Amino acid sequence: MNSVELSGGQIIVQFLKDEGIDVVFGYPGGAVLHIYDALYGQEDVKHILVRHEQAAAHAADGYARATGKPGVLLVTSGPGITNAVTGIATAHMDSIPMVILSGQVALPYIGSDAFQEVDAVGITRPCVKHNFLVKDVRDLAETLKKAFYIASSGRPGPVLVDIPKDTTDPKIKIPYTHPKKVEMRSYNPVVKGHPGQIRRAADLILSARRPMIYSGGGVVLSNAASELVEFTRTLGYPITSTLMGLGAYPATDRQFVGMLGMHGTYEANMGMHECDVLIAIGARFDDRVTGKLEQFCPTAKIVHIDIDPASIAKTVKVDVPIVGDVKNVLRELNKLIKDADTVPDAAALAKWWVQIDEWRGKNCLAYDRKSALIKPQFVLEKVYEATRGDAYVTSDVGQHQMWAAQFYKFDQPRRWINSGGLGTMGFGLPSAMGVQLAFPEKEVVCVTGEASIQMCIQELSTCLQYHLPIKIINLNNRYMGMVRQWQEFFYEGRYSMSYMDALPDFVKLAEAYGHVGMRIDKPEDVEGAVKEAFALKDRLVFMDFITDQKENVYPMIAAGKGHHEMHLSSERELA
Amino acid sequence: MRHIISVLLENESGALSRVAGLFSARGYNIESLTVAPTEDASLSRMTLVTSGSDSVVEQIIKQLNKLIDVVKVSDLSEGEHLERELSLIKLRAEGGEARAELKRMADIFRGHIIDVTESIYTVELTGTGDKIDAFLKAVDQKCILEVVRSGATGIARGERSLSL
Repeated sequence: MNSVELSGGQIIVQFLKDEGIDVVFGYPGGAVLHIYDALYGQEDVKHILVRHEQAAAHAADGYARATGKPGVLLVTSGPGITNAVTGIATAHMDSIPMVILSGQVALPYIGSDAFQEVDAVGITRPCVKHNFLVKDVRDLAETLKKAFYIASSGRPGPVLVDIPKDTTDPKIKIPYTHPKKVEMRSYNPVVKGHPGQIRRAADLILSARRPMIYSGGGVVLSNAASELVEFTRTLGYPITSTLMGLGAYPATDRQFVGMLGMHGTYEANMGMHECDVLIAIGARFDDRVTGKLEQFCPTAKIVHIDIDPASIAKTVKVDVPIVGDVKNVLRELNKLIKDADTVPDAAALAKWWVQIDEWRGKNCLAYDRKSALIKPQFVLEKVYEATRGDAYVTSDVGQHQMWAAQFYKFDQPRRWINSGGLGTMGFGLPSAMGVQLAFPEKEVVCVTGEASIQMCIQELSTCLQYHLPIKIINLNNRYMGMVRQWQEFFYEGRYSMSYMDALPDFVKLAEAYGHVGMRIDKPEDVEGAVKEAFALKDRLVFMDFITDQKENVYPMIAAGKGHHEMHLSSERELA
Repeated sequence: MRHIISVLLENESGALSRVAGLFSARGYNIESLTVAPTEDASLSRMTLVTSGSDSVVEQIIKQLNKLIDVVKVSDLSEGEHLERELSLIKLRAEGGEARAELKRMADIFRGHIIDVTESIYTVELTGTGDKIDAFLKAVDQKCILEVVRSGATGIARGERSLSL
């Protein structure tokens, strides 16, 4: 390609175009004005103006989770980048590819406590995969290339590029060509699994009598859903998933036993507790999954496939560790299993399924269907039906998030978009914006609560500006529901600061932002309202469901307990 | 258990703080940390002394390897290695008897007196941490005015080497 002479600001825009980035979420300010000037009047890179930088990060994150491509945000120095930090940390905890372009004060001013100066590289260091400070416009293109490469390869994550204002000076133009390749001697993620380890894993897997497949977000990130389905179906083994992995294996399939962990199903958690071989795929043994470590899978030999060596044996010792990209490793395993001389013990497996079906028979997700109050689970069932299980669903954090995970049966990966690791309230609406921009024709649902939604409510304005017809399912119980639940269980009902007083009229609020608002307070109105809302294809509809205040998320394993110590409901303790 | 870990990392601004930040964020111990550029100006070499159970040290090494600026990591304690620490020790040396005693002591420990005034000796002493500790115990405690230690640096014995 012929090189052209461009300023730093123009290099950034041209680079994004060359890299195939079609949308950037951001908010202008002093240190990025040169970059915004370069964005002006061009159409290759669409800029979405959010109302708060946290939302820019969540929107880029939602875009990345739904598409698999890195999400990009552009923020100014000082408060611009500090506002974005929550969103960056959210992406970091869930290993989401993201590139953050932050303005910085001009190089000569760095360290002088200049206006809107913060040490962006220092502040973000613990919550990014890597970060850079560009000190010379001649390094800009190569640094950007490295940033995208690091963000999207290996175990993905956010990468920040801090760009001092003078490196984007429109008066300084240098030759630019899009860097095609990047080589870094210090960064070479292992993608191919060790053949010997894969063979050992295959032998162990085939010898299982009470197997359990435990699949996580890594399967989604690695686009390995079809390999996982082949693996699971060939073996005929039960499979559970973490919160982050939902959708990688179809939830409506018989072999799927539901989510595991603190609010996982009885059959999944009991299966974990009783299994003899655990096959962990792209999952990281998070504390919300394992519960008490000493009681975690007490009788199991464990295979663990993960691209990040540091995830292996971090909290749980494993018998066969395999470092590599899940997709690659599953392909190899599938080949070995297909060609193996041995097959799983059919009688043992049949017996195991009898046991699992017995656990399943407890119907652990049952709730009161005769209640005079709206049950949040019921709303989610109706949303599932109205969208034929085919929507992109984002959520905030709390009870509604768990109910969405339990009751919306995801059959495809990248459809369930939530903040799993960091647990960021305020994530739902802006991430839904990112998803809707990526897939304008698809149904995008934001499941939220009256507390979470208020953390980024200002984005209703962004949704109007860009015509994003998101359907907001506000499960309004007038409480920070999960906080209330813990206070009920563990603080003898002392509901300290969890009651959401002085709530706005969400219908009027939605209307004030130019959207459609609906309030639903009777169970018999739920189905009709949901249908009506989803029929409004080109409008954002804010559905305010007034739900049962006392409903709790079950099953529940209290923090620090084992998988077998589950509460099924207030009436049904563990049998 | 005590481990001495060598790290080759890109000689870039911020690389040191990434390592230091990792240790504080994850609650790992650092007994000492030294760093300087190598014969290849694009690389720095760091020596870390830390302690922890085998699983903690395994995580430390994995987490170090995960840092993008880190090129190579080696746990020197896994094999035979040499370890040295430099110390500069300022001692009050007044009166003929005391001065003679401190000089003798420095000689015994193969230290060098590198600065002399009417009342002060400054001793340069190199060795393992234990040797420096031993010297500091051996001299009259009242004489010790100031001690500065570099922290340990180390290298593997024989053919084994940490390089690109």
